[in-house]
Amino acid sequence: MGILEVKGVNKRFGGLQALGDVNLSVKENSVHAIIGPNGAGKSTLLNVLVGKLIPDTGSVMFDGKSVLGRAPYEINQMGISRVFQTPEIFGDLTVLENMLIPCFAKRDGAFEMNAITSVLSQRDVIEKAEHMLEEMNMADKQHMHAAALSRGDKRRLEIGMCLSQEPRLLLLDEPTAGMARADTNNTIDLLKQINEERNITIVIIEHDMHVVFSLADRITVLAQGSPLVEDDPQNIRGNPLVREAYLGEKA
Amino acid sequence: MLGMNKNDTTMLLLVAVLTMLAPFILNPFPTESGWAQFNAGYPDLMQRFVIFGIFAIGFNILFGLTGYLSFGHAAFLGIGSYSAVWMFKLLSMNVIPAILLSVAMAGVFALVIGYISLRRSGIYFSILTLAFAQMSFNLAYSVLTPITNGETGLQLTLNDPRILGLSQTADGSIPVTSLFGLEMRSTFEMVLGPWAFQFNVGYYLSALVLLAAFYLSIRIFRSPFGLMLRAVKSNQQRMNYTGLNTRPYTLAAFVISGMYAGLAGGLLASMDPLAGAERMQWTASGEVVLMTILGGAGTLIGPVLGAGFIKYFENIFSKINENVLHGWFGALPDGLEDLLVTLVYPFVGKGWHMTLGILFVLVVVFLPGGLVEGGQRIAAWLRRKKAGKNTPTSTIEPAE
Repeated sequence: MGILEVKGVNKRFGGLQALGDVNLSVKENSVHAIIGPNGAGKSTLLNVLVGKLIPDTGSVMFDGKSVLGRAPYEINQMGISRVFQTPEIFGDLTVLENMLIPCFAKRDGAFEMNAITSVLSQRDVIEKAEHMLEEMNMADKQHMHAAALSRGDKRRLEIGMCLSQEPRLLLLDEPTAGMARADTNNTIDLLKQINEERNITIVIIEHDMHVVFSLADRITVLAQGSPLVEDDPQNIRGNPLVREAYLGEKA
Repeated sequence: MLGMNKNDTTMLLLVAVLTMLAPFILNPFPTESGWAQFNAGYPDLMQRFVIFGIFAIGFNILFGLTGYLSFGHAAFLGIGSYSAVWMFKLLSMNVIPAILLSVAMAGVFALVIGYISLRRSGIYFSILTLAFAQMSFNLAYSVLTPITNGETGLQLTLNDPRILGLSQTADGSIPVTSLFGLEMRSTFEMVLGPWAFQFNVGYYLSALVLLAAFYLSIRIFRSPFGLMLRAVKSNQQRMNYTGLNTRPYTLAAFVISGMYAGLAGGLLASMDPLAGAERMQWTASGEVVLMTILGGAGTLIGPVLGAGFIKYFENIFSKINENVLHGWFGALPDGLEDLLVTLVYPFVGKGWHMTLGILFVLVVVFLPGGLVEGGQRIAAWLRRKKAGKNTPTSTIEPAE
C-alpha cells in the first residue's frame, strides 16, 4: 500500500474525457513524477488530489483515508500541501507574515478566533517562521513585500510555506516552469533535500526531462487522460511507447 | 503600553487628546464673529463625529482587512437604534442596557445576513448585502410598523410601560436618557472671553466608547486573527491550500463590524431617543463606504478622519445659503458679487454633495490611500526638506 492510492478515477468535462480510469500508487518517501504531453490530464489529476475537483467515479485514498468530498483546507490539514505552477503567495503581506500564516495554521488548525493577543507575542510561531526563512536563505528579505520578490524567491517562499506545515505529501505543478537553468538546479537540490532529510513524499508534474530524471524514483506517463505506463526512470527512458507518445520529439 | 507597540500607542493617545479636547478644537472662532458658522463644537455635531467614527471603524474591520465591500451596513445601525429605543420604552432610561441590546441584536442579524451573503464574494457579496439592507429598510418602513412605527419613526411617548422608571416625570414630560442619573443632554457651558465652549455628557460618553472601540480595533488589526483577515484579502486560494477555512474568518469579521454598527446605532438613539427607517437606507450604507475610503481603508485612523470630514461637510457646508454668500461678497461691486455668488452657490448649501463628490473623486484618483496617505506624503516631504537642510549635498533617494 502506498501513501497515496488513486483507483479507477474518471473525470469528464462535457464531451471531453479528461481522466479515464487513472490508477496511481505513490510509495511513501518516494519522488513520483507524472509526465505527459499537454492536455494529458496532469493538472486535472492534481486538482482531484487536492479536492478542487471531484471525480465522476473512482477513489483517492491518502494514508488509508478517502480525500473525496473534503474541502481543500481539510485535505491540506490531513497532510497534503500544494505548490502551484505560478507561485501562490500573499503578495500584499511581508515575507515574514507569509511564513507566519502556515505556522499558525499548523498550530491552531483551520480556524481560531485569536483576536486580542498580538502576533508579536506568539513567540513560538514567530521563531518557527524565522527558522524556516533562514533555511530557505530568505532571512534578509523578511520585511520585504512578497509581491516584490523575484520569481525564484517567490517559489522558494511558497515551498517554505508548505514545508512549515510539516506535510507528509508535497504536490508540485511544474515548479521550474519559466526558470533559468541555475534556478532550476537550485530547485532540484532543494527538492532532493526535502525528500531525503524531511522524509516528505513528493508528487511532481514536470515538462523538463532534466528535472524529472534528476529527481524521480518512479514515473507515470499520462496520455489522453489515461496512464500509458508506470515504471522506473531507466525503463521509461528506453520505453518505445513513451518515446512515441511523448519523448519522441525531444529525443 | 496596553499590549501595543509605540506607534499604535501614539495613535491612540492622539485620538484620545483630539476627542477629549474637541469642544476647544472644533470651536476656534469667537461666538459673535462672522466665522462662527464654521464652528463645529456644539454637542449634536460632536456626538455625530464620534458615533459615525465608531461606525466607520467597525466597517473598516470588514472592508479594510478582508476587502469584502458591504453595501448594507446601515441596516445594523438601524437595528441598533430600534433596539435601543425599545429598551428605553420598556425597561429604563439608562443607556447601558439599551446599548447592550443594540450590540447584541445587530450581532444576531449580522450573523444571519453574513452567513448567507458570504457564500459569494466580490460584487455578488456587495449586491447581497445591499439587497438585505433594502429589505430591512422596506420592512421597517411598512410591514413591521407595529415594531418600527413605520414612516413616523419610533419615539418615546407619555405612556410607555417603563419597568424600571416612570412613564412620565412629575411635570408631565417624557423622561430623558441618562447614565445612572447623569443626563445625556446636560451641557456645561464655559464662557472664555468672546468664546463659548460646550461640554456635553452625551458627547463625552460617546467619545469614551469611541476610544474603547478604537483600542479594540488596534488589537484586532495586530492579532493573528487580523493577519488572517488580511490574508483573505490577499489570496484566498493560498488560504484554502494552507489548511485555513476562510468562511468563519470572514463571518467573524462581518459580525464584529455589524456589532460596531449596532453600537453606533444604540449610541445615536441614546443621544436622541428616536429611530427612523431612513437610518437604514442605502444612502446611509453608502456614506460609511465613503467615510472609510476617503479616510483610508485598511488604516487604523483613516475611518475616524473620514467620518469627521464627511459629517463636517454635511452639517457646516450645507448651512451656507445664498444670504450668507451675499454677506461674504457684499463688499464687492454688485455685478461681481452676483457672479461670484452664482459660481459658488452650486457647491454649498444644498449643493454640498457636489463638493463632497468632487473631493471624493480627487482623493480616489490622486490619493488612493485616502487622507492618511495624504498625511504620510506631507510628513515624508517635510522629512526630506529637513534632511535636505542638514546635509547640503544631494542624496539619491531609493526609488520606492
